[in-house]
This record gives sequence, structure tokens and C-alpha cells, in this order.
Amino acid sequence: MMAKMVSLTIDGKPVEVPEGTLVVNAAKKVGVDIPVFCYHPKMEPVGMCRMCLVEIGRPVIDRASGQPLREEDGSLKIQFGPKLETACTTPVSEGMVVLGATEKVKAGREDILEFLLTSHPLDCPICDKGGECPLQNLTMGFGPGESRYLYDDKKHLAKHVPLGELIYLDRERCIQCGRCVRFQELIADDPVIAFSQRGRSLEIVSYSEPGFDSYWSGNTTDICPVGALTTADFRFRARPWELKAAASICNHCPVGCNLTLNVRREAVSGGKWVLKRVMPRQNEAVNEIWICDKGRLGYHFGAQNAERLEKPLVRKNGELQPATWQEALELVTERFQSVGRGLITLASGRLSNEDLFNLGKLTRSLGGKSILYSSMAGGDLTTQIGFAPGTNFADMGKESAILVVGSDLEEEAPLWWLRVRQAAKRGATLIVLNARQTKLDRDAHYSLRFPFGTAAAAVLALVNTLSPKRPELPESIQELARSSELKAAAKAFAEAKDAAILFGGDGMGLAETQALAQACANLLLITDHFGRPNNGLLGVWPRANDQGAWELGWQPSMNLPADLAQAQALYIVAADPVSDDPAYLNAFDGQKFVVVQDLYLSQTARLADVVFPAQAWTEREGSYTSGERRVQRYYPALQPNAALPPRVESPGSRRAQVLTGLRAELDGPQADFAIPAFLAEKLGYEGFVHASASLVFARLAAEAPSFGGLSYQKLAEVHEQWPIVGRSDLYYGGTTYENTQGLGVQLPLAQGGASLLSWPQVADFKLPKLGGIAFPITRLYDRGATLMHSQLLHKRIGEPYIILSKQEASRLKISQGGFVRITFTDAERSVVVQAKVDEGLPERVVLAPRSFGLPISGPTPVELKPAG
Amino acid sequence: MSFVKDTLDGVKATFTGLATTFREMVRPPVTIQYPEEKRPVRPRFKGRHVLKRYDNGLEKCIGCSLCSAACPADAIFVESAENTDDERYSPGERYARVYEINMLRCIFCGYCEDACPTEAIVLGDNYELSFTDRRSSIYTKEFLIEPVPEGGKATPQKVEPGIYTRSVPAMKDPED
Ligand code: SF4
Ligand code: SF4
Ligand code: SF4
Ligand code: SF4
Ligand code: FES
Repeated sequence: MMAKMVSLTIDGKPVEVPEGTLVVNAAKKVGVDIPVFCYHPKMEPVGMCRMCLVEIGRPVIDRASGQPLREEDGSLKIQFGPKLETACTTPVSEGMVVLGATEKVKAGREDILEFLLTSHPLDCPICDKGGECPLQNLTMGFGPGESRYLYDDKKHLAKHVPLGELIYLDRERCIQCGRCVRFQELIADDPVIAFSQRGRSLEIVSYSEPGFDSYWSGNTTDICPVGALTTADFRFRARPWELKAAASICNHCPVGCNLTLNVRREAVSGGKWVLKRVMPRQNEAVNEIWICDKGRLGYHFGAQNAERLEKPLVRKNGELQPATWQEALELVTERFQSVGRGLITLASGRLSNEDLFNLGKLTRSLGGKSILYSSMAGGDLTTQIGFAPGTNFADMGKESAILVVGSDLEEEAPLWWLRVRQAAKRGATLIVLNARQTKLDRDAHYSLRFPFGTAAAAVLALVNTLSPKRPELPESIQELARSSELKAAAKAFAEAKDAAILFGGDGMGLAETQALAQACANLLLITDHFGRPNNGLLGVWPRANDQGAWELGWQPSMNLPADLAQAQALYIVAADPVSDDPAYLNAFDGQKFVVVQDLYLSQTARLADVVFPAQAWTEREGSYTSGERRVQRYYPALQPNAALPPRVESPGSRRAQVLTGLRAELDGPQADFAIPAFLAEKLGYEGFVHASASLVFARLAAEAPSFGGLSYQKLAEVHEQWPIVGRSDLYYGGTTYENTQGLGVQLPLAQGGASLLSWPQVADFKLPKLGGIAFPITRLYDRGATLMHSQLLHKRIGEPYIILSKQEASRLKISQGGFVRITFTDAERSVVVQAKVDEGLPERVVLAPRSFGLPISGPTPVELKPAG
Repeated sequence: MSFVKDTLDGVKATFTGLATTFREMVRPPVTIQYPEEKRPVRPRFKGRHVLKRYDNGLEKCIGCSLCSAACPADAIFVESAENTDDERYSPGERYARVYEINMLRCIFCGYCEDACPTEAIVLGDNYELSFTDRRSSIYTKEFLIEPVPEGGKATPQKVEPGIYTRSVPAMKDPED
């Protein structure tokens, strides 16, 4: 249904906008700037700052006839109000006349700015916002130029107020617009900061412990129209105008938020380019203008530091020693050739499409086997009935249903949590089906709980209520299956015009997620919710490019330790199985030839025979496929080689090199796609490219069916987005970067395979009478290799812990924060960790966060003892 | 006749010339014994920059980079960092951790001086800029900063908390 259109004029320009549009937005659409501070296009207006004052006139309606009165010349008779009105709270109406540049309006704005600046410190020279500050810009544009107030009357307030260790407040600079408080309440749903006191004494305070406890805090620094809120990460590190910007994609989770990496050469780092801050880049179909704090503050993994590998390492006399690329590549070529089929390449979704393509192709050429290192399965289904092109959470509303199953969405893929929540607010039916309570439950229309370990069965229970073809349900799910809430939810899901399912791996391992994905696929198929925009299955994968890996034919192994143990040679790329689970240690018996390709000397790399140093995603080009199947490009921000290029001895020698076409000796880390191509070259295989990511992508597009027709040029295409953000519109949308380097392209769905309509095998799952079962859960801030390099987040990450039920805690006689020894009976391994107690948890259930050093890849039997 | 006249003219000319010579012999010389001796420069002379300190020794420069932004030759490079009361370089929260001017680029226009909110960078009297390679044309903070004045302390200083909270000196009320 199209909204009714309303015509009006703004500063003489005619505008037609949908009914209900606010005057400020209507003006923006025709390029008229009405200055705002408190209004933000992503939030409801509050009219607190009065910066947006304009003159508004409306046609006079004759009471008797109901017709508008006309002037003598036939034009509509317009009556202007006696006072200025706020453009941010006034919706448009037919025939309205808005004047934004009259003397009265100018005087009004001057007064507001003069007033705002009475106690502003004016310390722009040291303010991190200076240079991209709406208050600065609007004062220059609309301010009075001179103040009548006395400097001596300025009120001085605290300038260094940490709201926790991540965000700092400067009380003097705050103009009390409330954007930050409203963002935390309305968008982040973490109302942990608030206004306290009033008048000049008003201040922003944090009520949480740790301070400003939210995964979204960084966004408030973007939308704060002054320098009152700054991140600890960027404080005083550079001025905004000194920074260069490179478009990038976050590689922490499958959302694929668009980022801008700001870099600058740094003297204290010896003149190298250094990452100074990470900012969001607008993509209204992916992350809108937001990013989570993991993306913003957890980038140090991709930075250049002393721990990065710089040279290839080769094991000589039992020790890893630096070697030349030539030497390392030759050794690996020789050994790979001799094992051939015995090669297993294990790679993770941390790699780009190009890397996975070249690695997979090399492995195939050698006759080896490629395995995706992942804790979740089901990608074979998301490639077929995943999100179809044109799918956008922003388009899901009243006629849509969204089912989130087996996922703690905010912890696993924060931006999806945000967008699903907003879809629910717009009226989409949100069904949350989990074993335990998560933050998304607050917005759910149907919050359903299944007993731990029965996720797939719970989805089948939904299927059962809809389909005459009834799959058998295990006993433990019967109670849920009979509940009227479940039936109502199933009905709402089936009847919605569009419906999407997000499935995660909360409490599950590979086998369980495979069954869950299959059950979800069945539900989508029988309700006919696939193959069209805004329908389909979305995997909340553990890594950024898992979907890309699946699209390129990579799959996890259902029995990885055994596979690894049997291999004759291993090529492990961007994965560190040994630190995740010591069970893999058995695979490294010294007999097989192990090659590890990574950024750092990981636990696994320490056991390798050859280690290849790889470039970080910040140092090279590439593309990721997000969970929503959007292929997005990222660009290099830093120089790849840690060391600056050696001094050219004489110009002649350089020229001679170029003229004779001599390739310079390889030096320093290389791109993950280039290394397999070097190996292929040595092995004499045709069809490998290493020169650039775009050439590899061209091959990929030619060979991988679903990528057909794509190119780097296509991925770099942009179109105008709303709200308008960027350099001259900072006051409006905040400091988010405008997207000028690519919105990405969603892949078409792969043609359906046979597995689509088979019913998953669901055995009944019962908790044991003794001991317990540990279920893996995902925390956004974990102790994984990709985050531990970010010192700033260490306090938030915390020490390894598990979560116990109340009964278990009282049986063990430990309280919140006490220590327990947890023994993983299968792995024969025990660790002492802190215990947290969750009242809502059923007896015998233990929650163990992934990537916290606990060997847990799926539900695992454990024994617990108090630890001294 | 003409011989006598010619001779007299010649003698006169000789003495006219010698008069200048003799006059100059008794006049004080214009040349000076540079570099032992130096001439004072004009009040508005723009020579090599000096980074100023307050009387207590704290650096005036707050690392704001405005000089570098104003510089038409892109000769200034500033890198800032955060002050603490235990390690204080300048008043307020920010100081220049690195401050460099490339003297090969600088055109001595004085814009940096104009841009500076704390009057920290001043074009001084020193015009003796010489170096034999490009690297040494980059003058660092250690080189540019003036010595600690008498009675002041060197930076970083350890100070009582809460005293130096402001980076930019407070403005005065205008007087009519
Ligand atoms: S908030 Fe803006 S106006 Fe205020 S000090 Fe910072 S840059 Fe200047
Ligand atoms: S801190 Fe910033 S966003 Fe929050 S009320 Fe103050 S000025 Fe507004
Ligand atoms: S939501 Fe995911 S992709 Fe986006 S910034 Fe956070 S971790 Fe990165
Ligand atoms: S010299 Fe002045 S303008 Fe330059 S960085 Fe220091 S305080 Fe700023
Ligand atoms: S009152 Fe309209 S922008 Fe603040």
C-alpha cells in the first residue's frame, strides 16, 4: 500500500513526500539543510534542542465550506503561525509553506547557538570531534559570530569522566540533546546511561557495572553532535582531517558490516601506516549506519604488531626457523606432491572468497580434501533456500514473520539482532525459539522454550502443527508441541506473506545444527517461504565468510579429529584447532607434514613443519559473502609488509629490474589467495592467479556458478541511500562514513538439490541423572585469537567461566564467582574456571562459552567439582 | 695651457677619489665578523620556530595540529597523546608526543603562529638553518622547544591532580 503523498513548498522548492514525513526530512530530500542537534533520522523526534526552528505557514480553510481560501490572485491563502516551529517534530501537511532562511528564522537559530555556547568550553583544538563536529559546523553556518555572555560566567564542569573504560564523557561539551540516551534506549535496548540532575548541572551518567555496559556504546560517539562522548580507542590519537580512509568489511561475524578504516602514518611506529580508528560505513541493507563495539574496538588482530609473522618458518633440527619464501614453497611443493590424495586442507571462514577459491582449487588439483573449520553445519541448505537477492531486514514489517531459533542473536551477530528487533517493532511477527532466555525475547511476540538439546525437534513440532505429513517427535518435546503458544506461532509463521528463519548454534555442535538446519528448511518449504525476497534461511555462522565457503563448496567434517589423524599432510589456513580443543593434538604426531598459514604463531602453527606468514585483511583486497549472501568488497588500508621497502640503492638497478622483467624476491607476508597460487605455479598447474584479488575473483566468477556475472566493478557499485550521511551532513546522520565504494551484490540461489525435503533424524535427548552436560554458547567478546589482541576489551572479555544452574551451584556449595573444576569426560581434560550462576537454567545443564579455552564443540558430558 | 689644465684636473680627480677612500677609512665598517658577531633582527622577523613553555616549565603546545593544518607547505607533523597528572607535558588532556617541522618545506609564512591557540609555536630570531642531508632538515620537538625557564621544571612533570584541567588558556572578558 502506497502512503498518501503530500505536496508542500520548502524555501520555494516544491516537494512531494509521503504523508507523515517530518518537515526536516522533506527538506533534506530536496537539498535544503535545516540544522538539527537532537533530531536523528533513525530515531523518533523529541524536539529538545530547538535548533531546527523554521517558519511554517498553512493554507487557511474556510470553516463553512471546508475549502481552502484563496488570495485575490488565485493563490492559496497561507497563514503563518506567530512563532517559529520545530521542523523535526512537525509532520508535513498539504499546501504547507516552510521558510528556512527568513530573518526571523536566522535570528532564532543565532539565539539558540549563542545559548548553547554560553558554557561550552570551546576547546575545539583538543577535541576529538573537532573537524567533524556538528556544533562547530552549524555555528560557522548559522551562529551569531559573537557572544554577549561573559567568559567569567562560564560554568566549568568535569572534562574527564570515564563512563566505563571504553567511552569517555566531557561534561562541558554536552549540549544535552539526548541522542545518546535515546539511542541506548530505543535502538540498543540497553538503557544503561541516562540524564541525571537538571539545567546546567545535567549530566550523562552510567548506571551499569561495568560502566556503559553495552555492545553498542561506540555508536553514541558517532551520533553525539559534539565531542562530549569519545572512545578510549581514538582519544587524542589524531585529528579527523589527517586521516586517510579505506573502505572495509568487518570480519568478526557473518553480518559483514561495512566499515571505514582510518589510517595515518605514525612517527612513533617508525613512519608506518597505522590503523587509528574503525568507523561505520553506511549500507542500509546490511548495517545501516551502526556497528557493534567488537567491530569498532576489536580490530587490532589485523593491525601490524611485533607478534605478527614476517617470514616463512621451516622446521630444521626440530625447531622452526626463518626461511626464504623460495625455500619454504619448494619444500611444501615437494611434500604435497608426494602425498597427493593424503592432503587435507583445513580453512576457516575468516578467509575471503578469493582465498577459499584458490585453496580449494589447489587441493582439488592435488586430489586432496578441503574441510571448512566451523562449529556449524547447514550451509548446503542456505545456498539453496537462503536469503534470495533483494532480501533486506529493513523491508520486513507487518506482513513478515521472523523465526529465530537456537541463537543468542545479539552475542552471535549483533547487527542482525538490531535489525530483527526493528523489524519486530515495525510489526513483523517475531518468534524466538531457544533453550534459554536471550535479549531478543524482550521483543518477541512468541517466546518459546525447548528443553536443551532438542532444537531440531522443536522446529519439527512447528512443522507438525502445519503439515499433514507428521514427522515423529521425541518425547521430551511433547509438552512444547502441545502448547497453544507454539500452535499460534506456527500459524502466524505460515500465514505471514514473507517469513525468514535465523538459526544459530547456541548449545549445539555440527550434528545438531545440521539437523536444525534441515528442520528449518522443511518448515520453509512446507510454508512456501523461500526463493523470494525477504524469505529464506539464514545461518548465524561463527565466522564472517562461512556462507562464502559454503557457496564455494567447502563443508565441515562431521568427524574432524579422525579425519585429521588419518591425513598424511595438513594445510591449515586461518584456523587454530589446537588451542580450541587439545583433542586435535593427536593429529600432530610428528609423522605427517603440517603447513600452517596464519598471521600469528598460533598453537597449531607451533606444531607445523612449515609456517607461511599471511597478510591481514587490512593489508589487502578481497571479498566476503555475508550470511545474507551479499558479496562485499574490502580494500587495503595498510601497507602489507611490516617493514618499509628497502632503500633502492641506485635508480639504475631498479630500472634494470623493471626492464628485464625480473620479479623481485618475495618478501614479508603474502595474501592468503596468493600463497596457494605460488604453490600451484611450482606444481605446474594451470589457471591459478596470484597477482591480485580482482583477477582471482574474475576466475572465481567464471568457475563458481552462483558467482557468475559478478566482478569487482559490480561489487563497487553504489546508489543513493537514505538517510543521507557523510561529510557535509554530519549534523544529520552523525560521523558515519558515506558509502562510495560498494554496496555489494546478493548471490542468486543455487539450484535445489535432493536433500531439501528429507526429514532430519532427531533422536530424543535427555539430560543425565548424574554429572552434567556442557552446552557451548557464543559470547560476542571471547578469548579467541581475533579478539585478544585488542587490549582495550580485555576487561570486558574477562576470564574463562562457565554458567551453572542454581541447584548445581548449591550442590557444589559455590556461589557466584566461585571456582569449579570442570572435567570434560570425553576429552579427559579438566580446567579450573570461574562459575556464574543462572537461576533460569535447568538442573544438569552447564553453559560453556566457546573460544574461552574450553574444549567444547557440541554438547559434552562433564563432571564438576569445587576447586579450592 | 691645456697641459697645465689637464694636470690639475688629473690631480683633482685623484684627490676626489682618494677623498672617498680616506673618508671610508675613518668611517665605521658595515661588515661584521659573522658568525662571531651578529646583527639583531627586526622585531617582526620570521626565523626558525621555537616551541614555547609556560613559566612553570609546562609546554604550551597541546598537540592540536592546527599549525599543521594551516601550513601551506605541509611542513609540520604533529602526533598527540594524552597527559596524565603523573606525566604531564602540557596543561589539559592533550600534548604533542611528536612535533616535527621540515625546514626544507617551510616557507616562513608564519601561518602556524597565527593558527596556534596557545601561542606555543613562534617564529623566532634564529636564521641559521643549515644541514647537509635531507633527514636533518626535519627539526624535532627536542630541537625546537625552548629551554626550561628558571624556576620551572622539566617535562614530564608530576603534578597535583585537578590543577591543569584546561588546555587553552581562559579568554578574558572584553573591556570597553
Ligand atoms: S564539541 Fe565541537 S564545538 Fe565543542 S569543543 Fe568539540 S569540536 Fe569544538
Ligand atoms: S553526550 Fe552528546 S549525544 Fe549525549 S546528550 Fe550530550 S551532546 Fe547529546
Ligand atoms: S555486528 Fe558483526 S560484522 Fe558488524 S561490527 Fe559487529 S562483529 Fe562486525
Ligand atoms: S604548536 Fe600550537 S597549533 Fe601547533 S600543535 Fe601545538 S598547540 Fe597546536
Ligand atoms: S528540536 Fe528539532 S532538532 Fe532539536
